[in-house]
Amino acid sequence: MAHSVYPAVTHTDPSGQTKKDFASDVDPRWCPGCGDYSILAQVQKVLPGLGIPKENYVFVSGIGCSSRFPYYMDTYGIHSIHGRGPAFATGIKSQRPDLSVWLITGDGDGLSIGGNHFIHLMRRNVDVNVLLFNNRIYGLTKGQYSPTSQLGTKAKSTPMGSIDYPLDPIHVALGAGATFVARTLDTHLKHLPEILKRGAEHKGTSFIEIYQNCPIFNDGEFVQLTDKTRREDTTLELEHGKPMRFGKQREKGIVLDGSLNPQVVDVAEVGEDRLMVFDETNEMCSLVVSRLTGPDVPTPIGVMRAVERPTYEHLLNEQLTTAGHAAGKGVQDLLNQGKWVVT
Amino acid sequence: MEKGHYRKMDKAVQTVETVAIRFAGDSGDGMQLTGTQFSDTTALAGNDLATFPDFPAEIRAPAGSLAGVSGFQINFSSVAVHTPGDQPDVLVAMNPAALRVNLPDLRHGGILIANSEQFTKKNLKRAGYEANPLEDGTLKNYRVFSADITGMTLKSIEELRLNTRAAVRCKNFFALGLVYWLYNRDMAHTEGWINNKFKEPLLAQANLRALRAGYNFGETTEMFEQHYEVQRAQIEPGVYRSITGNEALGLGFLAAAELSGLGLFLGSYPITPASDILHFLARHKGLGVRTFQAEDEIAAACAAIGAAYAGGLALTTTSGPGLALKAEAIGLAHILEVPLVIVDVQRGGPSTGLPTKTEQADLMQALFGRNGEAPVPVVAPQSAGDCFYTAIEACRIAIRYMTPVLLLSDGYIANSSEPWPIPDMSKIPPIDVQFRTDPEGYMPYQRDKRGARPWAIPGVPGLEHRIGGLEKEDLTGDISYDPQNHERMVKLRSEKVMNVAADLPPTEVFGDESGTLVVGWGSTFGAIRAGVQQMRARGHKIAHVHLRHLHPFKRDLSDVIGRYERVLVPELNNGQLVKLLRSAFLVDAVSLPKIEGQPYKEREIVEALATHLEAN
Ligand code: SF4
Repeated sequence: MAHSVYPAVTHTDPSGQTKKDFASDVDPRWCPGCGDYSILAQVQKVLPGLGIPKENYVFVSGIGCSSRFPYYMDTYGIHSIHGRGPAFATGIKSQRPDLSVWLITGDGDGLSIGGNHFIHLMRRNVDVNVLLFNNRIYGLTKGQYSPTSQLGTKAKSTPMGSIDYPLDPIHVALGAGATFVARTLDTHLKHLPEILKRGAEHKGTSFIEIYQNCPIFNDGEFVQLTDKTRREDTTLELEHGKPMRFGKQREKGIVLDGSLNPQVVDVAEVGEDRLMVFDETNEMCSLVVSRLTGPDVPTPIGVMRAVERPTYEHLLNEQLTTAGHAAGKGVQDLLNQGKWVVT
Repeated sequence: MEKGHYRKMDKAVQTVETVAIRFAGDSGDGMQLTGTQFSDTTALAGNDLATFPDFPAEIRAPAGSLAGVSGFQINFSSVAVHTPGDQPDVLVAMNPAALRVNLPDLRHGGILIANSEQFTKKNLKRAGYEANPLEDGTLKNYRVFSADITGMTLKSIEELRLNTRAAVRCKNFFALGLVYWLYNRDMAHTEGWINNKFKEPLLAQANLRALRAGYNFGETTEMFEQHYEVQRAQIEPGVYRSITGNEALGLGFLAAAELSGLGLFLGSYPITPASDILHFLARHKGLGVRTFQAEDEIAAACAAIGAAYAGGLALTTTSGPGLALKAEAIGLAHILEVPLVIVDVQRGGPSTGLPTKTEQADLMQALFGRNGEAPVPVVAPQSAGDCFYTAIEACRIAIRYMTPVLLLSDGYIANSSEPWPIPDMSKIPPIDVQFRTDPEGYMPYQRDKRGARPWAIPGVPGLEHRIGGLEKEDLTGDISYDPQNHERMVKLRSEKVMNVAADLPPTEVFGDESGTLVVGWGSTFGAIRAGVQQMRARGHKIAHVHLRHLHPFKRDLSDVIGRYERVLVPELNNGQLVKLLRSAFLVDAVSLPKIEGQPYKEREIVEALATHLEAN
């Protein structure tokens, strides 16, 4: 790398890495039963398989329960300030595209105090893996409603129920031009690692919303989606290029009516070829799917959008190279511009 | 007209020592350009000089309005010059508003050149004139040269058949040509500049013709009986260039990057008067600079901290309102102990205040504007050229002590220019950078003899560690809520910052060893130095100390101050440094504040000093 005095190092061999290598010696201090434990375990399980030397990982976080995450990873990490994680991640990745940068945030950190940075990270498409732990409540400050809390949420600061309409993180991410958008569940031990892996492999900002249970302040918020006896009926696992089906027997499907409204139908009745076919590269598809909410339709999980666009750090460093070829000079040449001699 | 063809009528030439000229017009009249051209030519002619551009706050104030007046003052001389001059000897007023705003400063007996074409009923009314001052005798204390600059410009380029709008825009070059004649200047530099600048040959032609027409008008008109000449100054032989403070900062940071071998990273959000540093560095990506225009001031600082953590030379630039927004991030950089330079090009405050005017009112904010105990070294350049060296010093301190460093420039030195001896990069000591690579015994917060912790960056095997804004255990950096540990860490961080003073040379004192001491900081250097010289010439026992280091102070400053009976502190604020001096040294220092959004003038310093020294 030009203009650098970075130490020359021999990287460790990633093929020998195991889950244990990624656990730091600090014991996690989340409440018993917190969904964060499961997410931590899955991340530690996925990283060894990505072929990246351990010393090249950096975990960045803001403030909140989820933002304690970096302390439990035996990687490089910054526990930064509230909401600003995306900016730190952008600085790190711009300066050092060789690093694998992960951002851990929550619904308060990422969407309230840090909402501005969150959208700008995605529009720039900085190659950062963003895990947003959405528990729809403020945990660390002990139970106030958050920007994703459902209307009418009774919390410490809203004894009569919240009156501000919630943000949908997926919708915000799509609006901000994110190139990879996905949703998964904290305790879905098959789905969560798959999505983490796909996010990590994506070049550009990978936004992953993880529904996370906070047993202390918002217990059971997602139970209808995570409960194993019900989840096949309440969630729809998106598969690129496949008709949208769900249910224990995959007997139900989604069709679009004439006004592009998604509706649940019985597959046997309408036939599979009338079902909506999901295409993660088609923006309309992503938008329609992102609006599937409510008790009558399943909640989609999986990759909602995945497209290619040059990353911010690539374009930035390319400009440095281009300009470098054109200039080929040092600071002294620049200082000498417009010089005159006094004798 | 071929190059260099001027009509020479051999009018008399009078030699003068020092002249201040102010070019003033509507913000669309090109006065900054005119002033810069005159300055460059004057520098090439070997005069010493100082300039001061004064911009309107509005980008597109209504044409002809008082709010839209833009001015550029240059003071040039055959002897040393410290300031842009108190009172202009010549005022070029391109319209009535420019006259109204600037006339109060013009020296009695001074030359006023006015573009009569603009003195229409409508424009006079806009400027608040009942009658035309060029005709009603109110200007009898000045030597008035009223000429139809617009008309003569149009006539000189008639054959080129430009559209009227483009043609009228050439009038600033007519005015410049006239002033070149008045001070007997060679126009080759500006001619070359025009040829380079205007890619459209017709436009280049038009501006060249207007320039020469202005020059010839001076030579032929009966209005002027003579012109003037300012001899070369005795300037130290060497290689010079003209430089503004913002350019010098940009160059200084590039130099620091080269001297350290680090890649420069600038996180910035546009803000007056600091944006030019961002513009400058964005043009020099070829030297390995990454410029990041962030979504806001906070992100700009945080991205820079991220870059520092990753091993870059991290910089964020702003002005007072932006510094307020960056406060939490600077606190984080302090507790993380990563190198970061924060530039505050101060402007009039509070709040949005006076964005295009100068002030030194962020000193307290720089020292104390953060939650908790979060001291950072604070340095301030004293002139445009000095910005270069101060930028390098700020980076050196940041890296050596693993700390954020605040650099306080201001709107005045940011935009004013001076002839500057070009530094020789090979003579500037390199900046030593030691990245930690050895995992053996590594502890993130183990300190060296200066109190600095090791710089361990991602990508190095075996040094994986987590840092954050929570209080850290001494040495290990693990989270700690232990009461004794917190006190120890606050003190260790603070002592480390105080250790910066150990590397500093003794305080430089100009003038007498006892009597009165004038203490200043930042951009007031020129005015204070000149004022103190004048007071010494009047026989006073007086000295001047100018502080570059506002935190920590140099270690001998206490002794220096102790030698004087009286301490006077002129500042462009309501008395900030004076409070620091009083609290640090228990000295009965007296404040000499100026809070008008304008730099101190030499005369004002002399008057302020005189009220204390000559009243009793
Ligand atoms: S408060 Fe809720 S989110 Fe926070 S650690 Fe406890 S259970 Fe987890």
